[in-house]
Amino acid sequence: MLRLLSFAVFLGSWWIAAVLAGSTKLPTPPAVLNVAISEAASGALFFNIGVTLARVALSFTLAITVGIALGYLMGRVKLANRLGDPWLILLLNLPALVVIVLAYIWAGLTEVAAIAAIAINKLPATVVTVREGTRALDASLDEMAQVFAIPRWRAFRHVILPQLVPYIAAASRSGLSLVWKIVLVAELLGRPNGVGFEIGVAFQLFDTPRLLAYSLSFAAVVLVIETALVQPFEARLTRWRLRAA
Amino acid sequence: MRLEVDIAGKAYRSASGKQHAALAGIKFALNAGEIGVFVGPSGCGKSTLLRILTGVDHDFQGTVLRPDESRIGMVFQEPRLLPWRSVEENVRLAAPLIDEARLSELFDILELRAHRSHFPGELSLGLARRVALARAFAVEPDFLVLDEPFASLDKALAARLQDEIAALVASRSVLTILVTHDLDDAVRLGDHLFFLSPRPAQILQVLSIDTPRAARGEKEIAKIKSDLALLPTCK
Repeated sequence: MLRLLSFAVFLGSWWIAAVLAGSTKLPTPPAVLNVAISEAASGALFFNIGVTLARVALSFTLAITVGIALGYLMGRVKLANRLGDPWLILLLNLPALVVIVLAYIWAGLTEVAAIAAIAINKLPATVVTVREGTRALDASLDEMAQVFAIPRWRAFRHVILPQLVPYIAAASRSGLSLVWKIVLVAELLGRPNGVGFEIGVAFQLFDTPRLLAYSLSFAAVVLVIETALVQPFEARLTRWRLRAA
Repeated sequence: MRLEVDIAGKAYRSASGKQHAALAGIKFALNAGEIGVFVGPSGCGKSTLLRILTGVDHDFQGTVLRPDESRIGMVFQEPRLLPWRSVEENVRLAAPLIDEARLSELFDILELRAHRSHFPGELSLGLARRVALARAFAVEPDFLVLDEPFASLDKALAARLQDEIAALVASRSVLTILVTHDLDDAVRLGDHLFFLSPRPAQILQVLSIDTPRAARGEKEIAKIKSDLALLPTCK
């Protein structure tokens, strides 16, 4: 109820501001809605959001998988940590834009370059978080698994992984919000489709209704995915905590 | 199964970088079906010794001979259960091949039947210890290692567990090592009692009890204990 009210207040102030500012700078909500409807009717809206979501899914999966592997390795093996740490610090501090531009220069304006660039932006934070989790692993449970000769993979799945879940969930959470933002920049700079590309086109034409139609539709999709998928998934992974408390 | 141990020394480095000796001179041998009991002051290196015997720690001077294929069941000083797995899943993780009948039997003996689907966080320490015991028995061990398994259990249950351990050792010829500070438990269960010195631990005294476990009444136990009282290290 409160959320609806807050949304209504937002719409109202938008409308008032639009009337005051004039339609080129800020179109009214119905104007934006009209564009969104016509884009949806032509299928372009769904196509572009779909393409962007596919890129998000691919780069996110890539970054999380590689990030968990590297983070675990660096948390366990001192040498790996020493070798990897400087690169980690470099990547953590490298602006997203630099990574994207360099990826496009070196690998061409390709899908691979875009997905790799997004993944690389997300990777270091995942590595750091998972490394932290690996360092916090309970050595006494490791010892238990060793004494009972639980095979390595089983031990990883049932003893190690559950301890890393809160860290992986945290990395996914912050990682996803980072990917949402970066994917649009990567599309704007070097892809011929996707929400980022459409926003770029709208920007060049000063087509504010179109710009807002795409931005807001995308934001709505992100919101739905976050509440309908990510949050329940997180709750599921950590449900034993509730029972334990 | 036979266990032959000859540890000349074990040192560890503390956080400040100083070398400390944890063990010095631990030499003994045990056969299948025997229970060896280690008695000694707390903090004397018993846990270190167990880590060497179970093959977790290889960094020591000396030799530990134990068949490679020997299956170990262990009860640690703390229960060491996985908080994210139920009682039953905790047992099954260590013993994936256990059949339902044996599992039910173990849960009955240890009075865990009502707790099968509970999570460790919902259990009292005494219950969690019993789960740890169930896990150790469930693997059908050749080599059973018990680190203070009766602490925080009530007398009646501890006595039943001791009977169960004695039965398991007899029926399946399990080689057992028990660490305890309770002389009653040691004398009731042990074939060979090893008395350890304070850190760095070494075996100061060995006592072998020939009377069969089943024949050790309260009188016997009291007599053995009174003989032991003469020894300087026991407490």
